[in-house]
Amino acid sequence: MSQTATMEHAVEPAETPLTPESWGKTGMWIFLAGDAMSFGTLLAGYAIIRSSSTNWPVPANVLGISLTAFMTFLLICSSVTMVKSLDAIKNGDKSGFRKFMGLTIAGGLIFLALQAYEWNELINHKNLGLSENPFGARLFGTTFYMITGFHGMHVTGGVIYLAFVLAAVHKRNYAGDCYNLVENVGLYWHFVDLVWILVFTFVYLL
Amino acid sequence: MIRWQLAYPETEIPLFGRPIGPDEYNAFVTMHGTIMVFFVAMPLLVAAMGNFLIPLMIGARDMAFPRLNMMSVWVLAVASLVLLASFFVEAGPAAAGWTGYPPLSARIEYTGVEYGLDLWILALALEFASFLMGGINFLVTPINLRTRGMSLFRLPLIVWMIMGASILFLLSVGPLIAGAVFLLLDRNLGTSFFLAEGGGDPLLWQHLFWFFGHPEVYVILLPAAGAMMEIISTFSRKTIFGYKSIIYAVMIAGVLSFLVWAHHQFISGLDPRLAMPFSITTILISVPFAFIIFSMLATMWGGSIWLTTPMWFAVGGLSVFIFGGVTGIFNGSAPVDIYIHDTYFVVAHFHSTLFSTVFLGGFAALYYWYPKMFGRMMNEFWGKVHFWGTYIFFLLVFVPMHLLGVGGMMRRIADPSKYEFVKELLPMNEFITVAAIGLLLIQAPFVFNFLGSMFVGKKASENPWDATTLEWTTPSPPPHGNWPGAIPAVHRPPYEYAVPGVSEEWLPQSRPEGAAS
Repeated sequence: MSQTATMEHAVEPAETPLTPESWGKTGMWIFLAGDAMSFGTLLAGYAIIRSSSTNWPVPANVLGISLTAFMTFLLICSSVTMVKSLDAIKNGDKSGFRKFMGLTIAGGLIFLALQAYEWNELINHKNLGLSENPFGARLFGTTFYMITGFHGMHVTGGVIYLAFVLAAVHKRNYAGDCYNLVENVGLYWHFVDLVWILVFTFVYLL
Repeated sequence: MIRWQLAYPETEIPLFGRPIGPDEYNAFVTMHGTIMVFFVAMPLLVAAMGNFLIPLMIGARDMAFPRLNMMSVWVLAVASLVLLASFFVEAGPAAAGWTGYPPLSARIEYTGVEYGLDLWILALALEFASFLMGGINFLVTPINLRTRGMSLFRLPLIVWMIMGASILFLLSVGPLIAGAVFLLLDRNLGTSFFLAEGGGDPLLWQHLFWFFGHPEVYVILLPAAGAMMEIISTFSRKTIFGYKSIIYAVMIAGVLSFLVWAHHQFISGLDPRLAMPFSITTILISVPFAFIIFSMLATMWGGSIWLTTPMWFAVGGLSVFIFGGVTGIFNGSAPVDIYIHDTYFVVAHFHSTLFSTVFLGGFAALYYWYPKMFGRMMNEFWGKVHFWGTYIFFLLVFVPMHLLGVGGMMRRIADPSKYEFVKELLPMNEFITVAAIGLLLIQAPFVFNFLGSMFVGKKASENPWDATTLEWTTPSPPPHGNWPGAIPAVHRPPYEYAVPGVSEEWLPQSRPEGAAS
């Protein structure tokens, strides 16, 4: 459907579209604005609960920093490869695009694997549950799993989305067509990365 | 049934066969609120009008993401089914009020409702997902798909209003989804976000709910107000008064609507120091809306008014809305609110505002665009009977309700005769119930008119109302792709009625500059 619409759009010129190259780009920005509000609420709710709690543990002591710092580094690297893959598709370099896109997906997958390992450690070895916490406030575990879980769902969705774009580009012949597709998934991926930096700061470091 | 219980407590309800108890009463009130706000008002006003009118008014073949749109319809259908299913599960549907305040909603023991409330939360979550998809469509389509010449300030106001509603919805829904997930976890996995004994904070839900809930009111209001503006301008044969200022007023109101939510919580343990700022923003937000109302009145001023059924509904809705808006100012100031909070005054207030927009505005829009949708006209005589019946019975129901509120009757009580000071209000309750039954019965001519006119109504021309906007330049009903030929280009602002120095009475938006004489 969207293809026929694009054809008609070419025949019947529209008045000053905001993103003439792709309607999905505006859509993605709007979606991200709404999503930012969701994450904003989670973090604000976290701040309220934490500030009113008397026995909140020091996060670094319970969660550990080094593994998460590595995960953060990994996610930032995957953002860099995302930019590189966009650059490659802009220059029509399909093999370069495949390489960097593959690296981005790998970054996302390793991140998820490390997060699964981290959750496993916390649940089975440190007994930090959704509603019980040997280190202090009960809600510490609840908020931790909520926020990192919500972000993890975004990363999972992002990896699927990236894989879909990789396959779609592989099918098509014109590199120019694919640019917007890659650009939109890039917007999403950078957003997820940015959110993680905030989550890392507020939930782990502070 | 709600009304019957209030008027004749503990008696048998006709057609239902037995009296309802307090538990069922609570459930009915909850489901009434939820269904009306989320499953009648939003789909009807935002989704139906948005999908039908936006492409027609901006000159596009279809919405920007048709597949996404289809998905949102089906998700909404599933959400409705989930909600309806909750009537039939063990222990009945949700009964914690439509706002679902914890701790009442967070533990099964408090209301006796088991799966009903979980289904309620699930239905809401699905519904929001559906509107998230719809909302992206409603924004991207007018931003990117306008026809040649249709600049932003030539868009019909209703398109602006739907865009405004979509922005408000998209920005405010995230917090509520987060809150709904918290509540679901509290109920089923033993967490304690909103339960004080586990270190949680029940007020947090109220903040999350109303941060969404108040913009939500405007999500419903704006499209209805937009429809009223279209109709009032067309049938006053005058251009709308202060086109750009209306748009700016809506923007201001949109920003303010994110800053007023705590006025729903004046007596629920809000820090008193916060009550003052929220009183101020609340009263402030009535300024842009007053401006919008005055614009509509000024549009009618000196116009040659054509009293068709849609016009009657638009004007009637406007008058009730003014009434509801004025009572809103009482609620908005914290000192008065503390007295009337949780009484029938509040119930009467939001019914005046919501009824006027959702039903009167919605009916106005239906009567106005019916010819475009089905290619036939509705019957004018029965339309007017429907209007006057609805209007009069509405006033009979809700004006006395204000008095009940000032008299101290609390909302959400199942049996008013249990309280000494409310007992003396019983005759008034009986009166309201009779009027409410009348209000229901008077909808019969509408149902018959709506269904009957599809088959026997007068054939509608392209432009039965002599209106100027683009949707009236295509056959009724519009063919697939909206225009049989090329999409018309736009050469002038909407609402060019009775332009000085022009012999024609009205100029459609598609009329080129030189062709007007």
